[in-house]
Amino acid sequence: MRREATIIIDGKEATAEDGSRLLWAILDAGIWIPNLCAIRGVEPPHGGCRLCWVEVEGPAVSKVEGPAVSKVEGPKKPVTSCTRPVKDGMVVRTRSEGVDRLVRAGFEMLLSTHRLDCRVCPGNRRCGLQDIARLRKIPLRGKRLDKIEPDFPLDESRPELGINPNHCILCGRCVHACHVEVKKGIIDYVSRGLRTHVGTFDGAPLNTQGCGDCVRCAQVCPVGAIYLRKRAAD
Amino acid sequence: MNEFGVKKARANFDRLKAEAAKATDALRGGARVLVGTATCGRSAGAMAVLDAFRREIEDSGVEARVLQAGCIGHCYAEPLAIVSRPGEPSLVYHHLTVVTARTVAKKLFLEDDPCLEFLLGAVDQSEIFPTLADLPRFGREQRRLLRRCGLHDPGDIMQAIALGAYAGFVRAIEIGPGKVISAVRESGLRGLGGAGFPVWRKWDACARQSDHERYIVCNGDEGDPGAFMDRTILESDPHAIIEGMLTGALAIGARRGFAYVRAEYPLAVRTLSKAADDARKAGLLGNNVLGSGFSFELTIAQGAGAFVCGESSALMYSVEGKRGMPRVRPPQSAERGLFGKPTVLNNVKSLASIGPILEEGPERFASVGTAGSKGTAVFALAGKIVNAGLVEVPMGTTLRELIFDIGGGIPKGKRFRAAQIGGPSGGCIPESLLDTPVDFDALRAAGAMMGSGGLVVLDEDNCVVETARFFLEFTQAESCGKCTFCRIGTRHMLDILTRITTGNGRLEDLSLLDELGREITDGSLCGLGKTAPNPVVTTLRFFRDDYEAHIQEKRCPARTCRDLMSYYILPERCARGCDACVGSCPTEAIYTDEKRRIKVIDQALCVKCESCVLACPHQYDAVRRISPVRDVPPSAPKPQKKA
Ligand SMILES: Cc1cc2nc3c(=O)[nH]c(=O)nc-3n(C[C@H](O)[C@H](O)[C@H](O)COP(=O)(O)O)c2cc1C
Ligand code: SF4
Ligand code: FES
Repeated sequence: MRREATIIIDGKEATAEDGSRLLWAILDAGIWIPNLCAIRGVEPPHGGCRLCWVEVEGPAVSKVEGPAVSKVEGPKKPVTSCTRPVKDGMVVRTRSEGVDRLVRAGFEMLLSTHRLDCRVCPGNRRCGLQDIARLRKIPLRGKRLDKIEPDFPLDESRPELGINPNHCILCGRCVHACHVEVKKGIIDYVSRGLRTHVGTFDGAPLNTQGCGDCVRCAQVCPVGAIYLRKRAAD
Repeated sequence: MNEFGVKKARANFDRLKAEAAKATDALRGGARVLVGTATCGRSAGAMAVLDAFRREIEDSGVEARVLQAGCIGHCYAEPLAIVSRPGEPSLVYHHLTVVTARTVAKKLFLEDDPCLEFLLGAVDQSEIFPTLADLPRFGREQRRLLRRCGLHDPGDIMQAIALGAYAGFVRAIEIGPGKVISAVRESGLRGLGGAGFPVWRKWDACARQSDHERYIVCNGDEGDPGAFMDRTILESDPHAIIEGMLTGALAIGARRGFAYVRAEYPLAVRTLSKAADDARKAGLLGNNVLGSGFSFELTIAQGAGAFVCGESSALMYSVEGKRGMPRVRPPQSAERGLFGKPTVLNNVKSLASIGPILEEGPERFASVGTAGSKGTAVFALAGKIVNAGLVEVPMGTTLRELIFDIGGGIPKGKRFRAAQIGGPSGGCIPESLLDTPVDFDALRAAGAMMGSGGLVVLDEDNCVVETARFFLEFTQAESCGKCTFCRIGTRHMLDILTRITTGNGRLEDLSLLDELGREITDGSLCGLGKTAPNPVVTTLRFFRDDYEAHIQEKRCPARTCRDLMSYYILPERCARGCDACVGSCPTEAIYTDEKRRIKVIDQALCVKCESCVLACPHQYDAVRRISPVRDVPPSAPKPQKKA
């Protein structure tokens, strides 16, 4: 049963379906906040990029203290909006010191392991990272963290598209597209820790894996990690 | 389940229990030897000891049965055996070898000589023998979770039943699901898998779901390095876990359960599988349990060998055959868990606590512990501690009591430095906080956490910075890679720590570590990332001097960080003439100062392998570790090789 909830975002009233994820209510209200991994309608959300921070006041949430669980005023700590269900009466702030701190930290971390060669990158000028840098005024080349230059091999075994994990931010959109949308499951997450990347089973070349020509993965990639090769060529 | 089913279950169980009592009385009537053959015992040589007992008893024609049992927690004294003779107190022998086992068997059974030299103590009160209760740790210990561990053969369900297994579950059938949840609530039991969430809450939330296909899952992943409590219970008292799962299933209305055990625990997997088969044959698992009308099927699933698979949502994906990656909440598992169905997940120890709560009543359970944490806690004591092993203490026991009174303190008269509690997610506690009680909330306030109960003691020879680096290296490598803060942020912290321990640190690194630690804790998706900075943040708070010494003086106070220390042979201790170290050195770095006739290490050639320290005869003990490197006194130059 659909129930409308009225919430306040940055002082403005907005309505959204009760229990739907807050990020969409914010974007639908015409307010942009950073987000790279959320896909509308997909449940549960991926929640991996950790950039869509907001601050939520009230209503009460459960708190565990000893054997007792009490309802207390909602925390002022930033939460990821793509994972937070909308509740009637919610008061949301999309900017605050706490929010900006985590957005900046997450962004700096992503960039610290991102091969920064925008000029030759197929994602140049339609890149989610460049958008965030521009709109939130965060430099692409941060000074706080040392650069950890990635060195994954490319897979350009197919003429239509290529995979360059050195640009990948692991938003999971391509994996979702390949597994859920086109139901092939050719690419997936590989390895652990900082070596985690998107690739094929055992690192086999894409053209040996029965990959069709839907190129959905290249279409959903928000950066230049999976790209149409024609485009790269022109 | 109806009234008729309840009565039938009671009658069937009473019959089973009487049968079990008869069988074990017969067993107890004769002489028997119980050898502890859990993984800890086996690695100390218990299988050879078991074999020695068998052969000696066969050779000497004595009437006695030799059986395998689990672990009684005295891992430091392993291999152990409990020897019983009719009408005599049961005696525990420790540090057995093939030779001493044969001696004990022969002398005790044939010559009535109790072999006091190998005796740890008598199990029960005795006038003649020292008893286990007289050992300092036993005065403080309280065995509830481990009540049957090591005292029966886990491969024989009758022995477990005779010792009380499944009595709580049958009580649960009698009182019904609602009252079971109330009893667990009144007991105050909090999850012993780390987070300390009230067990009844999850059960209650799951029981309220509209979807009637529900699951209960046992978390036996135990991925913390240094922890082995869950393994011990799985190997030594598997029926306690099955009983807990049955009772939980009854309470939440699940007909199917999974026990997820890490594949690195093959003996635990085998023992639990055998126990489940035995329970099935006894009518305690499967269709129409004990004739009650309630059905429950248990499947054993093997872990995928990743630390993150202990996280509840990742574990459920792993059971489903998917990559073990945690997912965001809500929905909670109680709403949508395994296969998208309402699911309760509990730790091995939480489940093993359930039987006694129902059998003896929740008040008994709640009578032990602190205001916020009831019952007992099981710790795996490891590191620089005299009595390593498993201990079970009432919540509220202080860390000082745990380490010094029960654990016997630090070996070789060394000084206590810190205690790392809760594994890689936990924190490092300094001397000044040793009076912190074992309690979920008190430990968290001190910056550590109960975690799953690993406790590693560090002495003056352990570098706290290196310890923090070690744990972070573990979590960093085990990060599932899903979210930014954990995947990348922990790697930056690790790089900084590596820089510091190799003498390349900068003073600004300390504030950066602190900032990153807070960001990762606030920003990560799951508990792995949220707690990964804990060892670093706590050591930075309590041992800042150590960090500064590494950075500013290039000095490692424990003199263990390789790049910041050197080996040096003390001239006044070096035995003239002795050549023991020279041959031990793989790089031929040791030469003789001909004038003083002492040995000298050529620092340029030394690879810091420690061979000379081990080679130097005990009575000379001349090799020292020195940090910083520049403090190494000058030595006579190496003589030029004659042509
Ligand atoms: C990275 C990570 C690893 C974990 N590993 C374990 C584990 O090995 N065993 C365990 O019981 N709980 C583990 N947990 C905690 C579980 O997520 C869960 O809270 C617990 O099993 C619930 O049981 P309880 O309520 O009975 O404590 C882990 C959590 C995280 C975040
Ligand atoms: S915190 Fe670490 S382990 Fe947990 S989801 Fe994020 S990357 Fe995976
Ligand atoms: S959009 Fe919310 S975590 Fe990525």
